[in-house]
Amino acid sequence: MYTQALNARENAVPVGSPEDADRAARFQARIDAEERIEPNDWMPEAYRRTLTRQISQHAHSEIVGMLPEGNWITRAPTLKRKAALLAKVQDEAGHGLYLYSAAETLGTSREELFDQLLAGRAKYSSIFNYPTLTWADIGAIGWLVDGAAIMNQIPLCRCSYGPYARAMIRVCKEESFHQRQGYEIMLTLCRGTPEQKAMAQDALNRWWWPCLMMFGPPDAESQHSDQSAKWKIKRFSNDELRQKFVDATVPQGQYLGLTFPDPDLAYDEAAGHWRYGRIDWEEFKQVLAGNGPCNRQRMKQRRDAHAAGAWVREAAMAHAEKRARRAAQADAVPQAA
Amino acid sequence: MPEQKIPLWEVFIRSRNGLAHKHVGSLHAADAAMALQAARDVYTRRGEGLSLWVVPSAAIVASDPADKDVMFEPTASKIYRHPTFYEVPDEVGHM
Repeated sequence: MYTQALNARENAVPVGSPEDADRAARFQARIDAEERIEPNDWMPEAYRRTLTRQISQHAHSEIVGMLPEGNWITRAPTLKRKAALLAKVQDEAGHGLYLYSAAETLGTSREELFDQLLAGRAKYSSIFNYPTLTWADIGAIGWLVDGAAIMNQIPLCRCSYGPYARAMIRVCKEESFHQRQGYEIMLTLCRGTPEQKAMAQDALNRWWWPCLMMFGPPDAESQHSDQSAKWKIKRFSNDELRQKFVDATVPQGQYLGLTFPDPDLAYDEAAGHWRYGRIDWEEFKQVLAGNGPCNRQRMKQRRDAHAAGAWVREAAMAHAEKRARRAAQADAVPQAA
Repeated sequence: MPEQKIPLWEVFIRSRNGLAHKHVGSLHAADAAMALQAARDVYTRRGEGLSLWVVPSAAIVASDPADKDVMFEPTASKIYRHPTFYEVPDEVGHM
């Protein structure tokens, strides 16, 4: 569902040998020529590290992102909504798996990546630390959270790393259903009773600002954008993507007859952009630091699920080993004369 | 006595930068190096690709086409997995 620019600053890269400098120059020339980098190609260690972190954080976000929505599967208002929500959560699991596979091509095992998440050493998108209090939140997540994710992910389809770019193409194709089903939920609520419309408004009020934070810190404070842009991992800055999202989303909200919880939101005729008010970056920092409304619950649920599945993984491996052993023994039996 | 069988390999080509490798066919070769060489000679004589994979055919696990209904038919009824299943009014524009 989403990757976020949350990374800590890289340590200074030690000066490499002249040979490394030469390879690095050729590497950058390939990037500048819009060539894709593939797993077996030489790449600077910092490029490998940056991508491993970004892709695995993206994967973790997909997996943790199943929790807030999974919360409503058993309480969806109709069979149609339930089937759609199940399908959506199933897609998020698939997106997580595509992304873990892409990250693994950089040389870190999936088990290690899981371990980083479960031990709290890896981050995931801040947005999934907010609770889903009503059914309207499922609409708001599809419309806004997936809408923001699409803004971020479409440029990633042209990311310089081939396996990531190809995974994103698949993800983006599937993401369109997510946003439309969310918007349809919002539309249905807004065309319903006053109470239902109020529920939609309440969900927008709670999700709007956290969604703007999904794009990461403002450009002036963003620590990674320069290098990521040079490597063509990131094609647009955080603020550029945020602005695109606001411009696309405000008219959609107006069509619903809803009000955005931002008194400063105004259309800038000359620039052709919707200008938004100040984002509470302190809240963002707190959520990233583990102090959001649901951080502890999300991590506990992930750890519990992983631990509860341990016997299944063990049994599957034991079964495969047993079958391999029996096949080997059968081969070893001398043929009857 | 018939000669010992030479193993079969499946050949995959990345036709353009950034695309995934795609299956193009198979060939016989005694080992991996010869398979790669043969794949180059057989399948890329007209600039078809930038990169080749050869995979032992025996390493591929395939579904049985006879099982296609069991495997794939259930998705046909799950039309709610497609974006067009959801109503978004024209006035809202592309989503």
